[in-house]
Amino acid sequence: MSPIIQIKDVSFVYPDETDPDKTVLQNINLSIEEGSFVAILGHNGSGKSTLAKLFNGIHIPSKGSIIVDGMDTRDEKHLFTIRNTVGMVFQNPDNQIVASVVEEDVAFAPENMGIPSPEIRERVDEALRMVGMYDFRLHAPHLLSGGQKQRVAVASVIAMRPRCIVLDESTAMLDPVGRKEIMETAIHLNKAYGMTIILITHHMDEAALADRLIVMTEGDVISDDTPQAVFSQVETLKKAGLTVPDTVKLLYELQELGINTSLDTLSTDDCAKQLFTILRNA
Amino acid sequence: MEPIIRINNLTHTYSINTPFERTALDAINLDIYQGEYLGIIGQTGSGKSTLIQHLNGLLKPTSGSILFDGQDIWSSPALQRNIRFQVGLVFQFPEYQLFEETVYKDIAFGPRNMGLTDEEIDSRIRRSMQFVGLSEELLDRSPFDLSGGQKRRVAIAGVIAMEPKVLILDEPTAGLDPASVESLLENINTYHESNDATVIVVSHSMEEIARTADRMVVFREGKIPLSGTAQEVFIHSEMLTKMGLGVPQITSVFSHLYKMGAPVDPAVYTVAQAKDSFLTALANQREAE
Amino acid sequence: MLRNITLGQYFPGTSIVHRLDPRAKLIASFCYIIAIFTAKHYISYGILIALLFVGIALSSIRFSVFVKGLKPVVIIICFTAIMNLFFTKGGGIIYTIGAINIYYDGLLRAIFMMLRVLMLLLSTLLLTYTTSPLMLTDGLDYILAPLKKLKVPVHDFTMIMSIALRFIPTLIQETEKIISAQKARGADFDSGNLLRRAKALVPILIPLFVSAFRRADELAVAMDCRCYHEGMQRTRLRVLKYTNIDIALISLSLCLCVLIGTLRYFGL
Repeated sequence: MSPIIQIKDVSFVYPDETDPDKTVLQNINLSIEEGSFVAILGHNGSGKSTLAKLFNGIHIPSKGSIIVDGMDTRDEKHLFTIRNTVGMVFQNPDNQIVASVVEEDVAFAPENMGIPSPEIRERVDEALRMVGMYDFRLHAPHLLSGGQKQRVAVASVIAMRPRCIVLDESTAMLDPVGRKEIMETAIHLNKAYGMTIILITHHMDEAALADRLIVMTEGDVISDDTPQAVFSQVETLKKAGLTVPDTVKLLYELQELGINTSLDTLSTDDCAKQLFTILRNA
Repeated sequence: MEPIIRINNLTHTYSINTPFERTALDAINLDIYQGEYLGIIGQTGSGKSTLIQHLNGLLKPTSGSILFDGQDIWSSPALQRNIRFQVGLVFQFPEYQLFEETVYKDIAFGPRNMGLTDEEIDSRIRRSMQFVGLSEELLDRSPFDLSGGQKRRVAIAGVIAMEPKVLILDEPTAGLDPASVESLLENINTYHESNDATVIVVSHSMEEIARTADRMVVFREGKIPLSGTAQEVFIHSEMLTKMGLGVPQITSVFSHLYKMGAPVDPAVYTVAQAKDSFLTALANQREAE
Repeated sequence: MLRNITLGQYFPGTSIVHRLDPRAKLIASFCYIIAIFTAKHYISYGILIALLFVGIALSSIRFSVFVKGLKPVVIIICFTAIMNLFFTKGGGIIYTIGAINIYYDGLLRAIFMMLRVLMLLLSTLLLTYTTSPLMLTDGLDYILAPLKKLKVPVHDFTMIMSIALRFIPTLIQETEKIISAQKARGADFDSGNLLRRAKALVPILIPLFVSAFRRADELAVAMDCRCYHEGMQRTRLRVLKYTNIDIALISLSLCLCVLIGTLRYFGL
């Protein structure tokens, strides 16, 4: 598979920052494959959100380059193509919904792109169906739940027909039900439509659902592998101020006591099965 | 023991006689005791936010009553005002309510409204900063220049500085990363223990409530279908899952294990408890062999 | 509570009034308002009131909703009526309260003034209740389109309007929350003199402004990400098209203006 986003030697300092110690990102090299589901996990201030904002040219790297589908984000003439290749969903759903009717909001981007009216209608209906909000198309956004609002925000991005969607802490302000809605939507878009998903989060249970997990601290990538492999590095994560899922923690603590457990078990079912086997073989 | 807060048949209906009429609380009865750490859990819209706004008199019951130390809080205007200081309420995302030029002045807002002397206000500000784990160096800074986590702590200090007998926090850890969640929960516990204060925390997170609270109350559609200690509540893991609340990951592993026939405790909710329960089961198994 | 204000609110529906083209509704409302200010005689008033009720009936929105929408301005209406009642002379005294004489003309004027304000408000409510804010701005965008040739930034103006409308409910919710939060810290908004009360608003206004700026900032980035930029050729989800009913409505509205004008010319 070919990469949709290539991050080459990227460092980033905010333009108005004079202190060289305030470098947010340090020499990052990554490549995001088209069609993959990648989670980027890190605590607040780890630089994960800043990295996300480089993917569609909201920020331009201070050093190095970001190549989106062959286009350099520094090149202004590609800016709009880049923005409708990589769509962004942000943290606060209230602050990204422009219109007072759901379908009008979803139509906003295609309208800006100058797409003919009949096709806008097609795209809006399709996008709303993909996130399961078609029945709410005539509703007022402020009366929807947090998760529903955020799904509208996702649909509004899908209407651009992007090949990649970045969810920049899009679950952080939601309740568990809303978070589940967004995670299910993201997985659905990835599996059913082959859309590349980049999930920025500090919830490890969400990160565990991805195919690939990148862990960041202090502007640096410290781990990049499958979630199972990453979470088995309990000590590395602890040092980075991150915890592992409770299932892994339990298995790890049992391992410390000399019980033979394997740490690449994330789901509760698999964990229960593993523990059951240990008991039976005792 | 007399409860510090007694909720008597409390019903609250929003927008009565309009097309938007909605009953948020339906004949709730609940006693809350001095020095208790109570966890309230429920989905958005289950009525938990409506309930806590009754406890300090921000909302008036449609019917039923709230007694504080045995007195109906709506029985006199003086009590109505005083109750705000006795029952401190920290809203969700409280950092959005900061308004003063300095952290010091912002925290002083509550104590000043209580009519305390300057010295008393000063010492309370310093104590509250300690409770929320912030250095006094920040007192002269503008609250708007702080990091998100620090702003949250300043806002909580603003309520703690009133030194309320009952401290209520609505989703205090929402949006924070795991490390900040841990330290904030510890800070809240410090206030709870050193002041023998009653603490009520509203949360979506079963894990969090189970770990911190002495007793939990589950809200659903304006009613309380379940309450008790974490163990007592988590026995009903299927019901909780049906309510969209779920149980902690560890509880789910162990109730699964229990159903498979393993002799373990199905209601454990921390890694430590789980480890103990598993090791006991393992030891018994080996003995039987 | 703030959320009880229905002025400027939209009630979704599928009635004939809802389905009319927003441009037709805007033009009709405009004509109606001109007619209100032209009308002098009770016959003209009668016609206008009757038309208003036909419109309200066709909207399938309950009349009580309209009454509720009038509530916030009842005091202003009563005040204008009383002023007219007390301070208009002529046509013989009909009643005396202490030193104040109430004249026949005063009574008449008070009634007419009240009716005029009521018609004005009700017709505006009918427009906003049945037309989504977005359709309204869309309609304005189309009607004002000729001004684009004169370099008037019509589109920016309507975009600002629709974003403002979108954020009103959000900011109302936020204001309520901030008020509650400051009350929980013992803030007192209901006592003291004017200066004290004004000062008491600071803890509400500052967080509200801070949050509005933060929202504006985030919204701007989100709009950038959705390809909103200068000099773009925007298209629309919904292309406005006049139907026969719209054309009929506009024609009838123009006729109404002429009719009321003619009546006035003949002293009716």
